[in-house]
Amino acid sequence: MSQSYNRGLVEDFGRWKEFTAGMWAWIFHKFTGWMLIGYLFTHIAVLSTAIGAAGDTAAIQAETDIYTTTIQGLEELFIVRVLEVGLLAVAVFHILNGLRLLMVDLGIGLEAQDKSFYASLILTGVITVASVPTFMKGVGF
Amino acid sequence: MSTQQQEPETQEAPEDPEMKGAQSPQDRRLAEKESGAIDEESEKKAELEGETVHIKVFRYDPEVEGKQEPRFDDFHVPFEKGMTVLDAVIYARDEYDSSLTFRHSCRQAVCGSDAFFINGKQRLACKTQLSELEQPVRIEPLPHQEVVKDLVVDMGHFYDQMHAVEPYFQDEDTPEVSDLEEQHQSPENREKIKMSSRCIWCGACMSSCNIAAGDNQYLGPAAINKAYKFAMDDRESEEIKEHRLRILEQEHGVWRCQTQFSCTEVCPKDIPLTEHIQELKREAVKKNLKFW
Repeated sequence: MSQSYNRGLVEDFGRWKEFTAGMWAWIFHKFTGWMLIGYLFTHIAVLSTAIGAAGDTAAIQAETDIYTTTIQGLEELFIVRVLEVGLLAVAVFHILNGLRLLMVDLGIGLEAQDKSFYASLILTGVITVASVPTFMKGVGF
Repeated sequence: MSTQQQEPETQEAPEDPEMKGAQSPQDRRLAEKESGAIDEESEKKAELEGETVHIKVFRYDPEVEGKQEPRFDDFHVPFEKGMTVLDAVIYARDEYDSSLTFRHSCRQAVCGSDAFFINGKQRLACKTQLSELEQPVRIEPLPHQEVVKDLVVDMGHFYDQMHAVEPYFQDEDTPEVSDLEEQHQSPENREKIKMSSRCIWCGACMSSCNIAAGDNQYLGPAAINKAYKFAMDDRESEEIKEHRLRILEQEHGVWRCQTQFSCTEVCPKDIPLTEHIQELKREAVKKNLKFW
């Protein structure tokens, strides 16, 4: 064969409309995993700015220490509340799909893998919606 | 005299296309040659009268100047009940464009030569009913394999991976002649490997696998399934099973599978590929983790 034609990766993510449940589960799992890692580092970065609050008991009691003011300042922002709901959705999906993958690894219910993916999606949706009143307290709810 | 004999034949052809099948191919060709224009016209008429299916076929040929740039060709094939995708491309090749190239052999999902990418999914053309598909039916060569010409892909890499798992029965000890001259398998064990033995090497699973696309060294679902068939066979000794697991537990072996279930979805023989790969993962762990 002198020449051949390589169609590259076009047919992979260009054909997302044809993806099956298992493929979507894989993509969402990767995506949520990276989101959680991103959150972890943001979390560390934000909280490490408040290390200075340690030991200053008087300020902590008066709620004027840098930790409390940082957190309060962030919680006042509407976008942070929205991001918190998003974080919960991402974490819940990752946990539920992780359980699904655990079952897959153990060889349990492989015939129902698509159904368990849909179930974890629905459950994630329900939990996220149920969490909205708690997370949005004070900012419009 | 001869013109008189030919005339009724050419008139019959458009009215009853099935009659053409009853003639010998040579007769048909002769008739076509002698009345080329009439035949073409009548064929078009017959096509318009009956129900047709619209297929779009991927075309590419590095050796023909006009086909070096890949494109899709449209064919309108007269539809018959029970027609498969393979029937349609065979018709298109026989009647419209004899340069249309694709592999096919048995037409009954046994030989595994005609796996194509049909309407966005790897399917066996001879096993896929046209009536089940949305039109126009897009027929492309298998993704992630190099296209040689039209629907023909280079299967070399797939076969290399299949051979890498040593897909043959190997046992040092042959049963004693006095005991048994055949190596019997228990019915239970046969049941266990039954599904894995159905593989027809069509390459649909390998083509559908997202991991195999990005990692050329990955054995792929078909090869791992083949290894499963032998690793789970009780008649092979423990040492050989361990040897097989050593091949499978390498970096580009079973652990590359990320359970997307794409292979299981597309397998034309309904082999539970993911299940087999997962079982081999557990076997590999069990082999290495012995606390007892």
